[in-house]
Amino acid sequence: MTESSGPGPSEPTRPSEPARPAEPRGGGLASAVADVRLWFAPERLRDEGGTPDYRFSLANERTFLAWLRTAMALVGGGFAVDQFLPETARPLRLALALILLAGGALCALRAISHWVRCERAMRRGEDLPMSRFPVVLGLAVGVVALLMVIVAAFGWRG
Amino acid sequence: MPEGKGTHGPRTLDRDPGLQPERTRLAWRRTTLACAVAASLAGRQTLHSGIDPASLVVLALVVVAWLAFLALAHRRIRAMRMPRPPALSPRAAVAAVACTLALAVLGAAMLG
Repeated sequence: MTESSGPGPSEPTRPSEPARPAEPRGGGLASAVADVRLWFAPERLRDEGGTPDYRFSLANERTFLAWLRTAMALVGGGFAVDQFLPETARPLRLALALILLAGGALCALRAISHWVRCERAMRRGEDLPMSRFPVVLGLAVGVVALLMVIVAAFGWRG
Repeated sequence: MPEGKGTHGPRTLDRDPGLQPERTRLAWRRTTLACAVAASLAGRQTLHSGIDPASLVVLALVVVAWLAFLALAHRRIRAMRMPRPPALSPRAAVAAVACTLALAVLGAAMLG
């Protein structure tokens, strides 16, 4: 965007849009593996940069816990679908339950991945990581909720 | 006089005006509660299709997962008594996530 045929050389670089530090696009998997290693190595996380203000770390911890609660709610919802919709056809009921359980597990894994990446970014003084996950989760929960309303309204019996 | 200041100064400094440790402590409490709900539903799931030895084993594992989370939260809540608590350790975070995953997997095994 900044490299395109812009208005001219006199245009100063806009401070509001700093050139983002090159994200390891190609090594997505490699960086993911490195992140997972950080989960199990507190001393390696401590090696990165300096210790941030304890309030920032606590705020990050609360965000992690909020995501974990979301994960637990999805897991609980999965069980609830199986237990409290007994008149729904078994394959449909199982599919909904498994989708919610898998979503919960994904959410829990994402919680720690995001926590580690935020903690590291704060230690290094970098920007906090951006993520599409909240949008994807929101849309997925919306679709599942709509499906459940339909199932509850029309009661697809087995 | 300087002694009086010495005893009062650090106390006012050590109180976080934003109550960050307290908010974090309550966040752990909320999460323990959410874990209890998820664990109850998972436990209910294990007994859903009748009581047999296998389902009792899974039920016991569900209880263990919940107790593990409880212990984890308790430790962290105690750490919140400090005026400047240290950051959460990655191991504790992994353990908390592992408890959630355990509930999901154990319950999924008993779906039917």
